[in-house]
Amino acid sequence: MLPADKVLVAGLRSGDEATFVSLLDAWSGSMIRLARGFVSTDASAEEVVQDTWLAVIRGIDGFRGTASLRTWVYRILVNTAKKRGVKEKRTVPWTSVDPDGGPTVDPSRFRGADEGFPGHWREFPEPWVLDGELRQVVGRALDDLPERQRVVVVLRDVEGHTSEEVCAMLEISPANQRVLLHRGRAAVRACLETYFATSGGTA
Amino acid sequence: MTCEEFVELVTAFLEGALDEAAERAFVEHLAECQGCERYLDQFRATIAELGELPPESLPDETRERLLDAFRTWGHATDGPAGPPEHHR
Repeated sequence: MLPADKVLVAGLRSGDEATFVSLLDAWSGSMIRLARGFVSTDASAEEVVQDTWLAVIRGIDGFRGTASLRTWVYRILVNTAKKRGVKEKRTVPWTSVDPDGGPTVDPSRFRGADEGFPGHWREFPEPWVLDGELRQVVGRALDDLPERQRVVVVLRDVEGHTSEEVCAMLEISPANQRVLLHRGRAAVRACLETYFATSGGTA
Repeated sequence: MTCEEFVELVTAFLEGALDEAAERAFVEHLAECQGCERYLDQFRATIAELGELPPESLPDETRERLLDAFRTWGHATDGPAGPPEHHR
């Protein structure tokens, strides 16, 4: 548990190394995961995190406290990562509400308009028995998500930030945030479903 | 509400972002449909699994470099580094 922002900021400004170390160790892991959504390689993601901390060290005197310290740091991270992503030609605009379009579950899973009960499950999803392998499957599914979905899912479900925090960090609307989150979650669920269907994950 | 509509509303439901009428329709559908109940369970399980992913960490040499940078910046009055470039 970290101290309050006021204490942390005072520590950083006065050059207190213990404060810096505590933040560095508490946040860098999630920052790497977040950065990886914007850039192509692990090395790039680590450099983004490094550049972010350097900017924090140099810029802490300019922190005004209008957002939480962590939100401020993450905004720097996102901006740094976006710039880098542009260089690597990976960045897509964040503005449109539903950029990736289309349903989140394969429409063929539902009955057609000319059948009884149109729009209802043709066959129910198979039940799952969760096992230890799942973590790798989830990790890979996350890596395969489109950038924006990945970033929002990482912040919300992996790191446990609130929707308000994520909207503030990414400067997106609540509706946009929710659409990206839903698409990302649905895609990860679909990967798990495929895993259970193909690996004999005792369905 | 159809199952096809239901599956698109799951996150909005979990976030408490549905309006009253939509939430009622969602819950009514859930009560009647085993397939969608299972879908919702799996959606929740997916979210829980995402929350269990192991933490990552910075490589040691990067961490050391940043600590050096902090020490240098914190104690240098003649400022070896330039002005902030990245923050807004």
